[in-house]
Amino acid sequence: MLTEILGVVVMFVATLLLAYPLGKYISNVYAGKKTFLDVVFAPLERLFFRVSGIDDQKEMSWQANLYAMLTINAVWFVLCFVVLVMQGVLPLNPDKNPSMSADLAFNTAISFVVNCNLQHYSGESGLSYFGQMMLMFLQFVSAGTGMAVCAMLFKAMLQKGKNELGNFYSFFLKSCTRVLLPLSFIVAVILLFNGSPMTWAGKENLITLQGDTVQVSQGPVAGFVAIKHIGTNGGGFFGANSAHPLENPNYFTNIVQMIAQMIVPFAMIFALGFYLNRKRLAWNIFAVMSIGFWLLVLPTLYTEMQGSPTIARTGIMQNVGAMEGKEVRFGVMASAYWSIATTVISTGSVNSMHDSAMPISGAMQMLAMMTNCFYGGCGVGILNYYVFIILAVFISGLMVGRTPEFLGKKVEAKEVKIAALVAILHPLFILAGTALATYFASQNTEMGVWYGGKATGWLNNPNYHGFSEMLYEYTSASANNGSGFEGLGDNNLFWNITTGIILLLSRFLPIIAPIAIAGALAQKKYIPESAGTLQTDNATFGTMVFVVIFIIAALSFFPALALGPFAEYFSTI
Amino acid sequence: MKTIFSTTILTLLMLTLFVGVYSVVLTGIAQVLPTAGKIQLIQHKGKTVGYQNVGQAFNKPQYFWGRPSAVNYNAAGSGGSNKAISNLDYQKEVQARIEAFLQAHTYLQKKDLPAELVTASGSGLDPHISPTSALVQARRVAQVRKISEQKVIALVHKHTERPMNGLLGIPVVNVLALNVALDEL
Repeated sequence: MLTEILGVVVMFVATLLLAYPLGKYISNVYAGKKTFLDVVFAPLERLFFRVSGIDDQKEMSWQANLYAMLTINAVWFVLCFVVLVMQGVLPLNPDKNPSMSADLAFNTAISFVVNCNLQHYSGESGLSYFGQMMLMFLQFVSAGTGMAVCAMLFKAMLQKGKNELGNFYSFFLKSCTRVLLPLSFIVAVILLFNGSPMTWAGKENLITLQGDTVQVSQGPVAGFVAIKHIGTNGGGFFGANSAHPLENPNYFTNIVQMIAQMIVPFAMIFALGFYLNRKRLAWNIFAVMSIGFWLLVLPTLYTEMQGSPTIARTGIMQNVGAMEGKEVRFGVMASAYWSIATTVISTGSVNSMHDSAMPISGAMQMLAMMTNCFYGGCGVGILNYYVFIILAVFISGLMVGRTPEFLGKKVEAKEVKIAALVAILHPLFILAGTALATYFASQNTEMGVWYGGKATGWLNNPNYHGFSEMLYEYTSASANNGSGFEGLGDNNLFWNITTGIILLLSRFLPIIAPIAIAGALAQKKYIPESAGTLQTDNATFGTMVFVVIFIIAALSFFPALALGPFAEYFSTI
Repeated sequence: MKTIFSTTILTLLMLTLFVGVYSVVLTGIAQVLPTAGKIQLIQHKGKTVGYQNVGQAFNKPQYFWGRPSAVNYNAAGSGGSNKAISNLDYQKEVQARIEAFLQAHTYLQKKDLPAELVTASGSGLDPHISPTSALVQARRVAQVRKISEQKVIALVHKHTERPMNGLLGIPVVNVLALNVALDEL
């Protein structure tokens, strides 16, 4: 028990200690200062830009930057879609896995382009190694996109009176080469030396000790799992994700993967502090996010350690907590901690099956994705938080009767309107999607080509928990998270298309909106701080942001959570 | 149009670095390992009987048993049961597992049966059980094999791994390694 608690503490503290210097480094990279990897990567980056004919030195407006970002994302989507529907005939397919159906390829390609990794397939049978490599590429570049957009936001906050947000291409390629690649490489080597495979051979056939015949899947796992976490992607090589003993062989690799998935989101907060030279603001943001995070972690740890009430009634021993869907080598605490870390950040990798978690844990996991801004994904976490800062500045401004200002720029009606709209989008996508699916399930509609049977067939569990499965899926899609209550039968037209559309909208609108706000603010006149300026880096303002997040993001979901996990909780005690 | 063209070129260049170079270098490093990047084998009497990190089904009485698996320990796939605790069918399933286990271990009291032995793991390939779960099976294994229980218990202790020198995490027993050691007694 004590060693388990210690394990959780070590994971959090170690991430923090490593992320702080990394934040300084990232800030230097974006500011164009000298860093120790220049020797290797500076010539390479120059070569890439010269060959592709891209000017990486040009200062671009926020519109031009977003245009570049959207264009390259569209290219990736088309390329990935083509690879997935053709992988059956492409090389690197020792297991002879088939090509994907068009709707599954549509969902998968979008899902990896937007850094979500919803995965309506299982890696062992659903992908060739060629397909896996294509997705691994997207795990690098989708994370790089998020970080580049975040760098544009940093730049905008410094800008005084000019619509110049730096250069997307430069930020993007540097994020990939200077940050994601070296970190992934280190993690991959650690995994490799702990027993994760890195081979191009196909399945092994085996006669077990007691004489059963089974097959064992393998592949280039170590490299894939490394970027899946460093880039907060979360898409696993195998179906069971990081619960699979080849993806996550022991307690040590579990710690490494946990640090790997939280380090860049942490570091981006500190990078903001270094880049703007406002370390107090960075610590303020970090503190608010951490309070939110631990408020979600603690109930989860407690309820999982208590164990399952229905198992308790059978009279067997449950002293180590709830074990359904969990691995013995991680134990209940490291699994419970992971389930919240992976949902507050947009990773969505799992080391235990969330579908079998306790109802209260399920509620906390969903709430983590519903708020979607405590740390958040690579880069985009800060973007989401920025929207809440704008709203909090506006509300505080109204309360004390001052003109709302943030970092010396007046926040006016236009910016607040955009922020309010984008804050409402997230509940809209989740609740509208869930309402649609629940309607069909409640009527038990014959779904025809959309599902191939009656709608309740896609549920793996009845009643309240069945509702939770649908709610979780749309929450995960809209938060670009990618974890799931995996019992849900989601590889069909209905789920592939509806979540695919939500994925697209919920990735790009929450990127476009904050950049539009930041771009508008960047063009405004700078007003030097005075005694009348609203302080945005003290405890009062931190509390204000937290309250805004709680009211907008959390309270709008309480009715839905009451129908799902809370109702299930009361039905089992 | 020009943007589409140039971003496509950039994408292709990046593919060579982030997929090509990255995975080739890692594959190269893997070659220094004794496994050459493949899964670590467990051998018995000169024959491969399994993999270090991949659990196997054991239900014969002379072996220690692992946990229930939603994929029957066939590692061509992986996954958990995804059953909710409120699901009545699931509760019946667990009840049936409890009864079956107690029937095979008549000396065992219900309150001493660890829950992990009747609940499925997340991957369906969990190679481990806790030392407690191994110890409750020791008498059965000893009786079937007609060896002393003390000897079996000693073997369990010998195969109990304490991750990170016992500082962090929890002790585990690799079921396959333990069963191979039993066969070699």
